[in-house]
Amino acid sequence: MESKEFLKLMVEQTGVSGFENPVAEVIKKAFATVADDVCTDVLGNVIARKQGEGDERISIMLAAHMDEIGMMITKIEEGGFLKFIAIGGIDQRTLVAQEVKVHGKRDVLGIIGMKPPHLLSPEEVGAAIKMQDMVIDLGLPIEQVKELVTVGDLVTVHRPFIALAGDFVAGKAMDDRAAVAVLLECLQELQKIRHKADVYAVATVQEEVGLRGALVSTYHIAPQIGIAIDVCHGEMPGVPEQDTAPMGKGPNIALGANIHPKLYERLVEVAKEHNIPYTIDPVPGPSGTDAWAMQVTRSGVPTALVSLPLRYMHTSVETLSMADVKSTGRLLAYFIASIDKSFVEGLLCY
Amino acid sequence: MLLKRLSEAFGPSGCEGEVRNILMEELAPHVKEWRRDALGNLIAVKGSAGGLRVMLAAHMDECGLMISSIDRSGLLRFRKVGGIDDRVLVSKHVIVGSKKISGVIGAKAVHLQKPDERNQIIPLSGLYIDIGAKSKEDAEKLIKIGDYVVFATEYKALSDTVVVGKSFDDRAGCAVLVEVLKDEYALDIYGAFTVQEEIGLRGAGVAAYAIEPDLAIVLEGTTCSDIPPSKEYGYCTTLGQGPAITIMDASVICDRRMIAELVRIAKDHDIPLQFKRSVTGGSDAGKINQTKAGVPVVVISVPCRYIHSPISMLNLTDFHNTIKLVKLFLKSIAEGGFVL
Amino acid sequence: MKELIKKVVETYGPAGSEAQIRELIRSEIAPYVDEMRVDALGNLIALKRGGGKKLMLAAHMDEIGIIVTHIDKNGFLRFFPVGGLSPLTLIGNRVMFENGTLGVVGAEKLEAQKDLSLNKLFIDIGAASKTEAEVKVGIGDVACMSREFVDLGTRLVAKAMDDRIACAILIEALKAVREPTYDIYAVFTTQEEVGLRGARVAAYDITPDLGIAIDVTRTGDTPESITMDVSLGKGPTVKIRDSSLLCTPSVRKFMEEVAQQNSIMYQLEVLEAGGTDAGAIQLTKGGIPAGVMSIPCRYIHTASEMVDYSDVQNGVKLLVGIMETEFKG
Repeated sequence: MESKEFLKLMVEQTGVSGFENPVAEVIKKAFATVADDVCTDVLGNVIARKQGEGDERISIMLAAHMDEIGMMITKIEEGGFLKFIAIGGIDQRTLVAQEVKVHGKRDVLGIIGMKPPHLLSPEEVGAAIKMQDMVIDLGLPIEQVKELVTVGDLVTVHRPFIALAGDFVAGKAMDDRAAVAVLLECLQELQKIRHKADVYAVATVQEEVGLRGALVSTYHIAPQIGIAIDVCHGEMPGVPEQDTAPMGKGPNIALGANIHPKLYERLVEVAKEHNIPYTIDPVPGPSGTDAWAMQVTRSGVPTALVSLPLRYMHTSVETLSMADVKSTGRLLAYFIASIDKSFVEGLLCY
Repeated sequence: MLLKRLSEAFGPSGCEGEVRNILMEELAPHVKEWRRDALGNLIAVKGSAGGLRVMLAAHMDECGLMISSIDRSGLLRFRKVGGIDDRVLVSKHVIVGSKKISGVIGAKAVHLQKPDERNQIIPLSGLYIDIGAKSKEDAEKLIKIGDYVVFATEYKALSDTVVVGKSFDDRAGCAVLVEVLKDEYALDIYGAFTVQEEIGLRGAGVAAYAIEPDLAIVLEGTTCSDIPPSKEYGYCTTLGQGPAITIMDASVICDRRMIAELVRIAKDHDIPLQFKRSVTGGSDAGKINQTKAGVPVVVISVPCRYIHSPISMLNLTDFHNTIKLVKLFLKSIAEGGFVL
Repeated sequence: MKELIKKVVETYGPAGSEAQIRELIRSEIAPYVDEMRVDALGNLIALKRGGGKKLMLAAHMDEIGIIVTHIDKNGFLRFFPVGGLSPLTLIGNRVMFENGTLGVVGAEKLEAQKDLSLNKLFIDIGAASKTEAEVKVGIGDVACMSREFVDLGTRLVAKAMDDRIACAILIEALKAVREPTYDIYAVFTTQEEVGLRGARVAAYDITPDLGIAIDVTRTGDTPESITMDVSLGKGPTVKIRDSSLLCTPSVRKFMEEVAQQNSIMYQLEVLEAGGTDAGAIQLTKGGIPAGVMSIPCRYIHTASEMVDYSDVQNGVKLLVGIMETEFKG
């Protein structure tokens, strides 16, 4: 399947942290076209395995999270207005005046309403609206609301996929489903080239609430190498250049304590060899990605991290370049093809 | 002197190689089996008496900086590795990268500051490392993005007992562990020199997972604030009053049976002992304690003033008493003087 | 059951110092379980055999408290919290040490109420000097709140309802269960209040097929309270999420079905802040299906935590129902 089409299918599906099943079904179907087998674990991680050639059993795990940030209903107030909390880190200011879908007995459209500017007190004028003061308005009488919605139901921003000029795309949940698209690119590329390693491409759950899916799936797979694919902040005005990566110029390869130095070196070598553009990102401490959880699983896993530059993170208009998705998929495939047993053994020789 | 060598070694979290080499060299005559893992933990394995499996842990890494970009002018921008207080950075001499390039941390001169700026912490965006490069290209000959940086602090003795140097947290613990490993015990000893403690207790958990110890002893250089304007109840530990035992910190509640035995040993052997009088901050003990089905742990520390800064201070009598106490404790465990 | 509740809530047992409460629970459940053991972190793990899958039930026996960090020359004690403790709830309160020593919490002179913080507070045990104080208390000693159980009829008030009410429910359920469909591991966990620590290592050791924690939860039924659709007296809750976990959907469904089949009143719980042992259990090894049953509780982490007795009784029924119904998820 073409990555752009796969990405559109994914971001238009829901999969809030802890409740990833709808998007997981889309991913399972796509992975099944290129993997030897696909399974789901207890937490809902989708694990696609593509076997390598020969007898050297080397295992490489690729992790990209499929969960998205969202909201959850906490109470139905008088008048049928819905109170909610965030699941994952949402900038409350981006919620105002959004169209949302409440996933009740069926999906119900609603809007996040606010007091009109004409009626604000002088103190309110300059301040952001807090999430605790917002409500979701379904425009329905309370009796009907109570039939459709219960406490604990999920809410997502209603945002169809948007194709922008050139190869840029925008939408919700691009973080990190664009990286799930990278997994598919990589698996498709691996069908064309020889590789000795068994590849476990994992669409992980619950990253946004604490890297939870990567923790258990890495334990389960016990890989010899783990690579997380996530997003980083793309270049934009008002943010220092050193804190961002340019859009459309290839994957951003991390280095630092969370990254095994030999994996970083190999990724850079492979990129150079195949003329894949890349940038680098020094990470001095916690990377905040699945790589952080993978590294300390069991008795330790050598890990690496590559990221796709993305603008407006954790909003419903996350924007990125499809060229970066493709080049990152190729980089990972050629990296995997370059790995043999002696390289893996060398990872323990500090 | 070992403490001097360790203190002056280059080893921020994720770049502990130089410390690892010093330790292996120092312990070569005493340790036959070494293990290393995917994160770079170094584990000395001693004895196979079939006794209790005892893990001793001290972390090799220190707080430091990492180069994040190079300006057109050749000045280096950086990020922090671990919990360094922004206020201690300005006007320090640092060492950058594997080529050990000298640099200084500069900021806008006082003459150019507005009056109210002088009372504010200089943000990281206002600081840079100057290695004397004339341009970005010039700097790139010596420096790579991602290079680590440590303070260029020399170890010095201020008196017969008081010494200063960088990174006593936790090179003091490493030095204690080295001395302890030079003796023999009727126990299965795993001396774990761990990585990445300062960025989230990363190394100790995976080391403990592989070792599966019956019990663990964590050796630290710990907070000591027996200075003005701290009130006595806020000292945490006191310099010169002996090794400090942790009862509880933010990451762990230590094993009461082990604490009781340490108190008994100290009393019997006239070793001064103090309890750490604060519960803030975490330690490798937290991760070890939570490994697999659970591991009883205790933390024994050398009190150190001014940790996480370019220069810290410890009392050598505390240091030697810590070595003595740990050795006696291991002997007591081996003799079954203490049952879990 | 009120007598049992009175005993378990009044017993001493802050995080890390659970020996007394553990002994009490051990003697209560001994006739009703097949095996018992205590692990490296002090968890009491009881096994009641019913065959089939492994069901881990976790109720934490630790409570919040304080730890002494300094004794001054006049015999006053300085302290740090053990678990989440607000200074607002402490002044004038009484605390109890493991050896029975009592103390009252006093405060330094404050310029304004907003200056109140834990390091402005101290404990007075009635000692006139450091030497006199040290006869009864040492640095590192831990105390819990000291407060009697009160029966207000339908509503019960005590310290440590969090989470001894769950301990009482688990004890009662072990007594009441007739046909367990699992090998039930009833775990009275330690150190929950400082980071779900007991449950984490116990779950690793047991590797259950299903894990359910029993805890208390906040309510939205007091004046100007948090927004939460949980009230006292409307039954135990089936949790959907808190900060520590998103309950496994199949477990939530299972718990709701058991409640419905047995006609037990229950509520759905979305807790914005707070965690439970189930958070640690769910992430054990390759992942374990996990859920939570909570008892609604007002004034959590104070010396006067209030629950409704009917919620407690319904909690026992729901837990027995869970023990006797096979989880197919």
